[in-house]
Amino acid sequence: MNRIKSFFQDVYKNRVWLLMVLPGTIWLLLFSYLPMFGTVIAFKNFRYDPNGFFASILNSEWVAFENFKFLFNTNDAWIITRNTVLYNLVFIVVGLILAVFVAIVLSELANKRLSKIYQTGMLFPHFLSWVVVSYFVFTFLSVDRGLLNNILLWFGVEDPISWYNEAKYWPVIIVLTSMWKGVGYGSIVYLAAIVGIDKNYYEAAMIDGANKWQQIRNITIPMITPLIVILTILNVGRIFSADFGLFFQVPRDSGPLYSVTNVIDTYVYRGITTMGDISMSTAAGLYQSIVGFALVMLTNYLVQKVDKEYALF
Amino acid sequence: MWQITMITNQNSSQPTPLNKGNAQNQVNQPNKKSKRKKKYTPHGLNGFPNLLMNILLGSFSIMCIFPFLYVIVISLTDEKTLARNGYQLLPEIWSFEAYRYLWQMKDQLLQSYTITIVVTVLGTLVSVIMISLYAYAISRKQFKYRGFFTFIAFFTMLFSGGLIPFYIVATQFLHLRNSIWALILPLAMNAFYILIMRTFFQRSVPESILESARIDGASELRIFVKIVAPLSLPGLATIALFSTLGYWNDWFNALLFIDEPHLVPLQSMLMKIENNIEFLRQNSLAGGIQNDLLSAIPQDAAKMAMVVISTLPIAIAYPFFQKYFVSGLTIGGVKE
Repeated sequence: MNRIKSFFQDVYKNRVWLLMVLPGTIWLLLFSYLPMFGTVIAFKNFRYDPNGFFASILNSEWVAFENFKFLFNTNDAWIITRNTVLYNLVFIVVGLILAVFVAIVLSELANKRLSKIYQTGMLFPHFLSWVVVSYFVFTFLSVDRGLLNNILLWFGVEDPISWYNEAKYWPVIIVLTSMWKGVGYGSIVYLAAIVGIDKNYYEAAMIDGANKWQQIRNITIPMITPLIVILTILNVGRIFSADFGLFFQVPRDSGPLYSVTNVIDTYVYRGITTMGDISMSTAAGLYQSIVGFALVMLTNYLVQKVDKEYALF
Repeated sequence: MWQITMITNQNSSQPTPLNKGNAQNQVNQPNKKSKRKKKYTPHGLNGFPNLLMNILLGSFSIMCIFPFLYVIVISLTDEKTLARNGYQLLPEIWSFEAYRYLWQMKDQLLQSYTITIVVTVLGTLVSVIMISLYAYAISRKQFKYRGFFTFIAFFTMLFSGGLIPFYIVATQFLHLRNSIWALILPLAMNAFYILIMRTFFQRSVPESILESARIDGASELRIFVKIVAPLSLPGLATIALFSTLGYWNDWFNALLFIDEPHLVPLQSMLMKIENNIEFLRQNSLAGGIQNDLLSAIPQDAAKMAMVVISTLPIAIAYPFFQKYFVSGLTIGGVKE
């Protein structure tokens, strides 16, 4: 009784703060935690019920792991997993190298005004939506009008390449597009960290006769390593979730390209639009969430083992 | 150095080690004025590597802007020229026909513009208020349950129910289908921004100021509005900017929830005309156009003109908001 009473006293004492978090908490409940509860339909045979959300979920028939069995028996499960993981691995590695490289160069350029102009240019794609980017890509890849085929023609290639029907080019196109859009942003995150490094370190190194490369290797990179590690943990945790816009908009939902552009996210989306198998798509989504969660935990645990400072939590 | 201070002076008013370094640079370089030595900067690259890196980064940043300029050129190309020569960098015949055509079809266009602007303004307001209140509460030590509320926000970064349960909740439980709230609510909160703002409040709002206000008898809400918000303006501006861009560029929620033409936002309309420029005509009241005129529609140029029109506001505002954006990227501060 006393504990309940003191609990209510605490709530009363904290009422202003609780009021402040109330709207956000309601949002989190509705848009994050209720869907988490909704994942039980991955274990059910989902059926719409006119009586609303809870009725739909409760009245659907329980099928245990049937949906998962069905999902993993198709070839799709393998393809979408492979595509998602491989693309993300490439994005993480190439993106990290390019972003850190560009950030270091930006911080080292002699002319700071130029450096600022480059930043402005490189960050620009980050602010565009994938819809707009898909138009940009189309201006290059259009079969009869695109810039690339025009250039090829100029070099004497008579047969125009039908870019949106040829899967073999798309791994490269996807990676290039992703880097084009993301490197500016990535590098500026690192640049902000580099700029924050105490210049005294560099002064001391220069007095000791360290050249530029030695300074970068022994001061800049060690100083931004914590940030690199944190961002990489976050990225590894998201290795199972792809950027929907990149894989849906840029290939223009072209069927012949599915073998190299279908990722878990687009697969799940097509579950509600074209395939219509709600439960199996939910199963695919849950598979994505659980593996992603396990990956963050694992990476964070490993990093913690090596150095507690670098761990995310 | 100029660019460096641009970045850091947004972060906080406290002197950073960097500013100290800046001052020292000037002390250490008494020769700065002599012309010969001016070129040598101890903190920068010199000579050939500098030139090489300038060329490298310069061409990459041109590549980043190029497609936008290219699309502008295409939108200004005569349709017959497009059919004959494809997308050229310098078209044979220029033409404003595409923009004239869009002007005729302006009903749907203006409607979509209005939707996008309303959603962006309303959404940014809602999300800044929700995020900053939440983040402020969990940044204060007096709040007994801050650990719990930090956790429930943070956990959503690690685990999510996935698209389909979210979709079912939004359509069946909240009945958001074909409602403007379907474009606003899903983007209103974001655990990542909450954590950024929490750190920001912890750093930039010292407890001592709040104590004195409390002694004067101000309520917590009043303190938040009168003292905390003005002190945290740079942080709030950053969050507002993030969410403005998020709303402006959002097409995903429209793809999921919106079918009715009068609720279609700009980005989503761009998607629809990708395959069907007719969408514009069907939904515009300018009925005076006959079917045989349809063949004369500047199809490609008009699409590209649409891309230009919907991207132009960002391209114009971009140089002004860029520096605020950069200041919001100190993610290292998220960690406790």
